[in-house]
Order: sequence, then C-alpha cells, then structure tokens
Amino acid sequence: METLLQQIVNGLVVGSVYALVALGYTMVYGILGLINFAHGDVLMVGALVALQVIVFVQKTWPALGTIPTLLIGLSAAMIVCMALGYIIERTAYRRLRNAPRLAPLITAIGVSFLLQTLAMIIWGRNYHSFPQLISTAPLQPVDGVFITPVQIIILISSALLMVALILLVNKTRLGRAMRATAENHRVASLMGVDTNKIIAITFIIGSGLAAIAGVMFSSNYGVAHYAMGFTPGIKAFTAAVLGGIGNLGGAMVGGIVLGLVESIGAGYLGSATDLCHLPLWAQSASLQATCANGGSFELLSSNYQDIFAFVILGIVLIFRPTGLLGERVSDRA
Amino acid sequence: MKKTLIAVAVLGLMAGTVQAQEVVVKIGHVGPLTGNIAHLGKDNENGARLAVEEYNAKGVSIGGKKVKFELIGEDDAADPKTGNIVAQRIVDAGVKGVVGHLNSGTTIPASRIYNSAGIPMISPSSTNVTLTQQGFPYIFRTMANDAQQGSVIGKYAATKLGKKVAIIDDRTAYGQGLADEVEKGVKANGGTVSSREFTNNQATDFSAILTKIKAQNPDVIVYTGMDAQGGPMLKQIKQLGIKTRFVTGDGGCTPEFIKLAGDSISDAAYCTQAGLPLDQIADKGFKDRFKKRFGADVQIYAPYAYDAAAALIEGMKAANSSDPAKYLPALKKVQFKGVTGEVAFDDKGDTKFGAITMYQFKAGNWVALK
Amino acid sequence: MNELAVAIPWLGSRNPKAARSVVLALMLIAPLIAALCGNTWVRILDFALLYVMLALGLNLVVGFAGLLDLGYIAFYAVGAYTWAFLASPHFGLHLPFWLVLPAGAGFAALAGLILGAPVLRLRGDYLAIVTLGFGEIVRIFMNNLNYPINITNGPQGVNMLDSLNLFGWDVSRHIPITDNFKINSLVMFYYVFLLFVVGSVIVIRRLQVSRIGRGWAAIRDDELAAKAIGINTRNMKLLAFAMGATFGGVAGGLFGSFQGFVSPESFSLMESIAILTMVVFGGMGNLGGVIIGAIALSLLPEILRSVALPVQHAIFGHVILDPEVLRMLLLSLAMILMMLIRPAGMLPAHARYSRPELASAGKGKQ
Repeated sequence: METLLQQIVNGLVVGSVYALVALGYTMVYGILGLINFAHGDVLMVGALVALQVIVFVQKTWPALGTIPTLLIGLSAAMIVCMALGYIIERTAYRRLRNAPRLAPLITAIGVSFLLQTLAMIIWGRNYHSFPQLISTAPLQPVDGVFITPVQIIILISSALLMVALILLVNKTRLGRAMRATAENHRVASLMGVDTNKIIAITFIIGSGLAAIAGVMFSSNYGVAHYAMGFTPGIKAFTAAVLGGIGNLGGAMVGGIVLGLVESIGAGYLGSATDLCHLPLWAQSASLQATCANGGSFELLSSNYQDIFAFVILGIVLIFRPTGLLGERVSDRA
Repeated sequence: MKKTLIAVAVLGLMAGTVQAQEVVVKIGHVGPLTGNIAHLGKDNENGARLAVEEYNAKGVSIGGKKVKFELIGEDDAADPKTGNIVAQRIVDAGVKGVVGHLNSGTTIPASRIYNSAGIPMISPSSTNVTLTQQGFPYIFRTMANDAQQGSVIGKYAATKLGKKVAIIDDRTAYGQGLADEVEKGVKANGGTVSSREFTNNQATDFSAILTKIKAQNPDVIVYTGMDAQGGPMLKQIKQLGIKTRFVTGDGGCTPEFIKLAGDSISDAAYCTQAGLPLDQIADKGFKDRFKKRFGADVQIYAPYAYDAAAALIEGMKAANSSDPAKYLPALKKVQFKGVTGEVAFDDKGDTKFGAITMYQFKAGNWVALK
Repeated sequence: MNELAVAIPWLGSRNPKAARSVVLALMLIAPLIAALCGNTWVRILDFALLYVMLALGLNLVVGFAGLLDLGYIAFYAVGAYTWAFLASPHFGLHLPFWLVLPAGAGFAALAGLILGAPVLRLRGDYLAIVTLGFGEIVRIFMNNLNYPINITNGPQGVNMLDSLNLFGWDVSRHIPITDNFKINSLVMFYYVFLLFVVGSVIVIRRLQVSRIGRGWAAIRDDELAAKAIGINTRNMKLLAFAMGATFGGVAGGLFGSFQGFVSPESFSLMESIAILTMVVFGGMGNLGGVIIGAIALSLLPEILRSVALPVQHAIFGHVILDPEVLRMLLLSLAMILMMLIRPAGMLPAHARYSRPELASAGKGKQ
C-alpha cells in the first residue's frame, strides 16, 4: 500500500513538471498550429541561467537567505527565457507563417539544435550540480511515504500557474485576443487585434513557464546540463497531444496522466508480466526451475518505462484522434 | 589524357603497403579528444606518447636499423561511426600498430577494421567482454575486462555488504554488460538478486524504480552506469528514505559522482575501478615523469596506454620486424615489466594480470580499500 | 537524374544532355577521386549513398504522400536487424543475400503497414508524434529484448554480420590485381550501393508519374477532394507507408552487411530527424533535391571535421571550437537560414508534381 501511494506521489511530481512544460507547447500550438520543438531547450536555458545567477549571488552576497537567492535566480531565468522566446518567434518563425507546413518544423528543430550547441559552448558538456536551496530532506506525511519540500512546492505552484493561465485566457482582454487569434488570424486582425503582438506575447508567456519548469526540475533533481531539455520536451509534447493539443486543461491532464502511467507502469509492469505468477500447473519445467526460491521471469519491466508514453498516446489517439480533452481539430494540420 | 586519368585512378586504388624500408615506424593512438570525456582521451594519448618518447630516447634497433617511433593521434569523439571513419584514416596513414580506442562502444566496431587491415590494436581501457571474444587475432587489451570487474563487485556485495542485491543498469552496452557480470558474481557467492531494474543514460528521475526496489528491501543497490546518473540516483535513494549500501562500477568512480551526489553520499557508497590506484602501480616514478613531461596529472588510464604502446614496441623488438604480420606472433607471446606491472596476453588477447580495485567514500573522496 | 542534371548551374539549363553526362561521370569516378584523399573518404561516400536511399524512401512518404513521418529510422533498423538475425553467427544462420535482403524489405514493409493501419485517421502533428513514438518503441525493443530471453542481444548489438556476398563474390574482400596493388572493397561497396540507388530512383520515378503517384499527390494536396474523385485514400496511404518502408529496409540490410555490426544506438530519434532534414533541405518531392540534400548533409560534417581543426590551429594556434560543436552549430544555422530563405528546399519540387502552397492553405489558420 505504501508502495502504491509512493508511486502515485512520484507520478504526480513528475507529471506536474510535464504539465508545466506541456502548457507552453499547447499555447503555441493553439495559436499558430506550430510544434515549437525548441520549447524543451528553453527550459534548459532557464535552468542553466538560474544556476549561473544563483552561484554568482551566493558568492557576492553570501548573507542573502536561500529563498531570496532562489527568487533572484528564477527571475533572471524568466527574463532571459522570455527574451529568448521573443527572439525565436521574431527571427525563426514569424516569416514562415505562410510557408509550406514542414518549413517551420525544420526551423524549430534547427533552433533546438542551436540552443543546445550554444549552451554546450557556454556551459560545457558536464553535468552541473544545481544548488538545492529548498530543503530536499524527506518528510513523511503518511508512514512510509516520502515527499520532499521541493516536491510539495512543485505540486502547488504548477497547479497555481495552471489556474492563473486559464483565468488569463478566459477572463482577460488579452486572453480574448489570444483566443480570437487562435480561431482565425485574419479575422482577428480585421477586428483590431494586433495578431503579431499577441503571438509574441504567447511565446513570451510560454517561455516564462518553461523557465519556471526548468528551475523546478533542476531544484528537484539537483542537476543541470545542456541536453536536459530534450527528454522532458518530448514527454511534455506527448502529454500535450494526449490531453488534446491546443487545450490548456488537456495539457495539465495529459501531463499528470503521463507521469502516473510512467511511475505505476515502471513499478508494477514487471510483476504483472511475471510468468512465475502463473498458476503452477501452467508452468513448464524449465520455468519452475527459474521461479524456485522467489525467482522471477518478467517479460516486460522498467526497461520499457520510456515507451508507456507512446503506447498510451497511440491507443488514445486511435480511439479519440483529438486527444483526451480535444475539440474538433482533427483536420487542423 | 585518358592514360593519366587511369594512372590517377590506379594510384587511388592502391591500398597495399610498401615494405618498411624507412627508419620511422608510425604507431597510432585513437581516443576521444573532443566531447565530454576528452580529458580521458588526452590522458591516454599522453600515456602512449610518453612510452614512444622513452623508447626513442633509449634507442631501439629493429632489423639492424635504428628506429624512430612516431605517434599519430586521432580523435573518435567517443562515437562509433566517427570511430570507424577515424580507424580507416589511421590505417590509411600506414601505422604499424594502434593504441586505442577508449570506449568499448567505439572500440568494438573499429576492431573489425584493424583486424581486416592486419594491424594490431591494443586498447588500454575498453572493458567490454565482447571485444576479445570476436576471434580477431589482432585485438588485445591491457585492462581487466567487465567480467573481472563484475565478479569483484558481485563478490564484494554478496559477501561483505549483505546477501540481497538489487541491480540497476543504464541499458548501454557498458552498463548492461557489467550488470550481467555482477549478477553472475552475486549468485556465485551465495547472494540473491532481488531485482534487476533499468533506466537509461539520459534519465534524471529514478523514483519509480527505486520505490519498487524499496518494497523488496535489499541490502545493497548496485548501479552500473555513468556518474551523471549515479549521483542524482544516490540523492533520490536518500529522498525516498531507502537505507542500503550503494555500489557503482568504474563509470561512477569519479570526483564528478561525489559532486553530483552532494550531501547524500556517505561511507555507505562504494565503487570499483579496473586497474591499480596510481600509488600502487609498479613503476613509482611514472606519475612524476608524466607530470614533468605534460604538465598534467595522470587521470586514470594513462599507465595502461603506456603499457599498450610498450607492448607493441616490445613485440616488434622480439620479432625483429615492424611488419605487423611478422611481429604479431611475438606480440602474442610478449612478457615484460611495464609501468603497471607484468604485461602479457592470454590466447584471446586479454591481459593476464588484470587488477580491480575497490574504493569506499571516506571524508570527501574515494579511498582505495585493501 | 534529369533533375540532378538540370540542377547544375548554367550548364543544366543550356545543354541538358551534356549536363547529364557530367552527372553520370561524376557518379562513376567519385570514389576514385575520394580514394586519392584516403579510403576514409570512400567510406564516407558509401555512407552518403545509404543516406540517399533513406532520403528517397522517406521522400516517398513525406514528399509524395504528404504524411509526416518522424520515426522512419525504425524501418532502417528492421532491415539491419533482419540481416543480423538471418546472416550472422547470432542465431547461426547464414542465408544468402537474395533471401535476406528481400526478407528485410518485406519485414520493413510489414512494419510500415503495422504503423500505417492505426494512424490512418491522424493527420499532421498528431501523425508526427505517433510516428516518432513508433520509432522510439522499435529502438527500445531492440535495446531490451535480451531479457529475459535473448533475441536482439540488447545494447551490445549483434556483431560479425556476414558481408554482402553477391553470388560468390564477397564485396567486402579486397580484389588483388598484382602483388602490391589491390582494389579496395570500399570502392566496390560504392558501386554496389550506387546500383541500388539507381534502381531505387528508377522505381520511384516510375511510381511518381503512375496512377499511384498521382493519387498520393492528390491526397497530399487535398485529401477530401481526392476521396471525392474516387481515390481509395486508405489503401493509398497504407501503400505509401509500406513502399517507403521497403526502401528503408533495403538500406538497413546494406548497412548491416557493410558495417558488420548493428546496435540500437544507430537508430535513434536524431537519425530520423537527420533524414527528414535531408529531405526538406534538398527539396521535398524533388528527387534531385532529395539526393543532393542527402549527399550535402552527410558530407558536410566530415568535411568540417577535417578542415576545422587545421584551420583553427593555423589562425588561433589552438582549438577554440571542437569540430563536433562547430558541425552542430553550422548545421543548425543552415537548417534555420535555409528554411527562411528557401522554405521549399534547395531544389523546390516541380510544379507538375507538387503545389506546396496548397498544403499550407490546409491549415485553415490564415
């Protein structure tokens, strides 16, 4: 029981990070119909900038508390990433809005490579240890189930950010302009919406979220390096599609579902496919020898952790081609 | 016109080597000189270079002529495809023997090229068992292999640290190969393997597999993979309230590991390294000569690269020829005192005197155990 | 070949016939010129030809039928592993190439159908992510099917694959002419691969102008209209996946026989992306463009590797950017700039076969 609870906690923490990154993907996709492949790498830049600033602050003003230091690092990361998001949109994507569909995808991949390479030149190829300013000493809310303060902060803040974003999109003037742009650029601009500005703002908000996700990610795991954005990027993109890309709530649901599936899958798939759990009469002689003394014969195990995301995605899309919470968009592309 | 064209083409197709008449004998070294283990590649190259220079200083005569050895260094960026291309390049350059490569992942595919070109290759640091099991007569190594390392880890874990062992590997050729050997070692020494879990070499989150392992309550967790994953893994072990000993192979036996594990590392962490610690190798002066020549400290494998180059030269001396086909039989039988100790190869090309050292974390550093 | 000839600046448009013979001559003497700079370059050319085959196959799916496939490398993997299973000591089988190569192509086509069938309803980016997932699933299975029963030998890969043996002629053996002169096997591999490439081009060209090819173009430009004029879009799409995969499978088999060693790390997502980049870079839908894209992008890194270090040494006295970094830097910049300047690739597809402006209008966003 504790094990299951612990796996759920693990899944929620991982899922919240996925969800936060997925929000950025889904916002850009909702408005532009573009997969911003470089989004994961913006996360990486956020983490590394924060690392650099935090180390600097710790050296210059050692008297400053841990929380202010972290906040300074986080703000610096957000500012850099927002600027970066704007520059990427301005230089690499804006000119291609009416180009053949694959062209922006290729530039997006190009931008992703470029960011990784530049990060490699600036920060080198080593893994850097990220200062853990919030305690990582485990707490035990329930006996046998462990969670660290950083993880609690991740859970709470990603939920808050999510709510704030939904309010922004649904309740404000800016949000209305965003929805109008997403619906139809040309009509929106005829109605007096400065669509270029709205798209730029979308990129800026998405990149800011990526910076937050990057700092959370690194604070939790205590590492940062130049290629760290790739895996969460792919996973978050999967989460966004799973939830129904373009849908904010869907990104959150997709992220959490993915996180849970990964951790519960990795935890239980092994024993679920263990042939030694077959009734004795069904076991061949050679199997019985393997199974003796608590041995196991697991067909699948945690080595398949990374394909759960894709398998679930495939199944969901076959039955609901627009994702869990998706709308009509099957013909969007 | 047409004739010149054909002549040019014919020149281009020439792959045959001319009989060694010159007094310069080229020896190749391949290792990653760029990328994230570039410092290790440079270390190996320097080791081989020191050997070549010291033999040149002593003066070696082969076939009645005084010979000057020349080291040609190439970069494989630790990437198999680049490794193959560079291997071809160094064969083209007409080397008589090769020291390298550094990683098993590049050495194994490249070994095929050296073998079919008929050029002896001695790796100072590739530990994957497969390398010398391909039936290639031209392939050797001066370092103990993963089977030896795995059995040392397995034995130590099962006999000194506890009976019940959980093994995690990173699904790379190195990690998986070593994990299999650890499993054998644990079982051979009366321990049980409570579970085999897996991650990958880009992962950062291990909470799911660690939670699963925790439920089985093992005495020891063995991780076979690199420091970049091992350090954060040790952190998460602590965060999940798991209290076991932790052992990692040579991929995690680095200062980097200690840095990444932060305050989670304690004297419950162990690691192994193929080869002897620097202060225990046979030639006590090696460290200082190396430092004096290159202005850098020995990282890990330089002494083994030195011995690999030395073995090539000793083989040539014994056969009194630098023709690979002629000195190969002598190389197979070579036995001499190198900087790491006695050097000799068994019939597969593995070293006969491979050593493995166990380390424990103490006071901020890995400390060699007896 | 026509497209390639026309692509030659100046000559191509004036004297297509002469241009064609220039292309032919270049193809034939390329390995001899390369051999002058060392066998390394012949090996690089051999790899470039394999990439040409892959790019041609992917172009069939993406360029002709308009189905974005980010997991194409999986078919290459299927072909390579088929060779590894049927012609290596791994299972002790040593079947001849005329069985193994078609088997590899067949399995790859089957894999194409397995991928294609469930994703027929998906379009655009949904399709992209599912195919990406498919590629990863195949790689992860190859990497893990050594436990609990050993099938693929896991991350260790399969070694000692049989080399290409064409009816008694072992291509991987040097051909001795006189005592100290022999024809290097790498050169022979080049010509064998060239034959396969030429064969692929002929097949693909016939396909392109056939009923099937025009059907694909119709689906790509407007699926609804294609359906309306009576094209069986389901079968056409499945056919595109299967045919594209076949080329990948053959290339994979050749790769296995050439390299003699296959391991899952050769079939990563980055490789899929690299091939897609070649296709788009060169000009989607244009055979000449795709071929040039594949050759350019597989040679560029190697040229950089051999030029960058000496140049930096000469200018700065030490190495500032190592070639690997420089290669990534230039490649990513090239990808971005190329798309900004020429969004349809170096050689845009012929208007007769493709109207990319229609594809973008389908977004319904403007």
